[in-house]
Amino acid sequence: MLKVVEIDHLTIEYPDVKAIDDVSFTVNQGDFLGIIGPNGAGKSTLFAAMLSLNTKYKGTIKFFGTDIKKSKNYLKEIGYVPQKPIFEKNFPATVNDVVKMGLQKEVDEDKIDQILQQLWIHELSERRIGELSGGQQQRVFIAKALVNNPEILILDEPVTGIDQQSIDLFYSILTELNSKQNITIIWSSHDLDAVKKLANHVACLNRTLFFHGESDDFFENNELVKQYSEASMQEHMHHH
Amino acid sequence: MVFEIFTFSFMHRAIISGIAIAILCSIIGLFLVLRRYSLFGDAIAHSSFGGIALGLMVGIYPLWTAYCVSIVSALIMTRIKDRFNISGDASIAVLLSSGIAVGLVIIGLSGGFTLDIFSFLFGSILLVSVNDTILILSLTGIILIVILLLYRQLLYSTFNEEQAKVSGVPVEKINYLIVFMAGITVVTSIQLVGVLLISALFVIPNITAIMYGKGFKQTAILSMSFSIFSVVSGILISYIFDITPAGTIVLFAIAIFACTMGLKHAGLLSRHN
Repeated sequence: MLKVVEIDHLTIEYPDVKAIDDVSFTVNQGDFLGIIGPNGAGKSTLFAAMLSLNTKYKGTIKFFGTDIKKSKNYLKEIGYVPQKPIFEKNFPATVNDVVKMGLQKEVDEDKIDQILQQLWIHELSERRIGELSGGQQQRVFIAKALVNNPEILILDEPVTGIDQQSIDLFYSILTELNSKQNITIIWSSHDLDAVKKLANHVACLNRTLFFHGESDDFFENNELVKQYSEASMQEHMHHH
Repeated sequence: MVFEIFTFSFMHRAIISGIAIAILCSIIGLFLVLRRYSLFGDAIAHSSFGGIALGLMVGIYPLWTAYCVSIVSALIMTRIKDRFNISGDASIAVLLSSGIAVGLVIIGLSGGFTLDIFSFLFGSILLVSVNDTILILSLTGIILIVILLLYRQLLYSTFNEEQAKVSGVPVEKINYLIVFMAGITVVTSIQLVGVLLISALFVIPNITAIMYGKGFKQTAILSMSFSIFSVVSGILISYIFDITPAGTIVLFAIAIFACTMGLKHAGLLSRHN
């Protein structure tokens, strides 16, 4: 199995708190990894380091065998879908504009059409991004992430605030990308049921990593599932 | 009288320069407005006031000193803003007031040169020389080429900095490039509308065009059209009625903005057309 991501003894400290504490794991090509953990578990912090948005960390992160502090070329092979993309609501950009933003090469229009069709947003291509629903916007950002033929898709709790029907469509698209196009998916979520259904690997993060392995091994381990559920429940109660 | 004005060579120069400046202010202004940096043009213009005063005092062509002072102070201010985490509007206030303060002190020290300063404060488009026109056209051409070449990166870093960074767009360099181009645009445009009204050309045609609900390219084209219309009508009408061109140009832009708001309010600007 080709290792596409290797994280080794990663620690990220903020002045008052250790956000990530000595985390190590690897992701193989073709994995569908669900990273679960309650709010504040460090999922977004982990992604920020993996995407070179935060370079102040101890330990090493390698993509395709190369330390990301040495070269940023790996970013070309990554499609990133943020939790809730922040942009000006009246931003004068159509779906088509958004998908093409930042591309340096000439765009293959047929390919863009094909991706938009695959994601069921073809008919929206001339609509402004701010006019779309949360679910539609999220699919636009997946389309954007796919335009560069990424090897890896990184998604940070991508269904926050989206209706159930859109979530189901979104998940079926992810499954198809992983199984048919062999795109490695690294996806953070706190929806255990969804992770059970989609992911073939699970990483359980709560500042430190307390499980990483096959999805079945995690869900057969009642003690772990209970531990996770309690942790997220406490978090949930804490928030209310 | 009305047709006669088209035979004057100063009018040709004014209209050609005016159209170039209208295009330039629209496109640079669109990026600034979308970055919530609407008053940045105003701040650069005010800092150029210090540069103009300096030029007049030491006897260098004031626009040259204005280019240097504006670009350098805008870049420094951007650096300070990023480094010390100062909010955008506060950094604009600092830039704006320091330019005026420096200008006033220099004018005081030199014993005043009121007449020259007035043409920079309120614009003097009918007085542009052949050399000025060539300079304006060249700078417009260069900036438009840079924007066309880097269009998708400029747009992406304006839309969402974080995502642009992850896609490998050199966001920081792009930000400085926009500030640099804004500096050049502002000083170039001072001849048209003057220091005091410059931000109108950056902001009004763009917020008008954004209301039409189109994509980026169409919005940019709409904004340029509104701006060109305002500038050309403003120059001609002001000449015919012997009023100030700068004020007339801006009032035309405001009139289009008001009409667009009216259309929108009446539901005549459909969202999906």
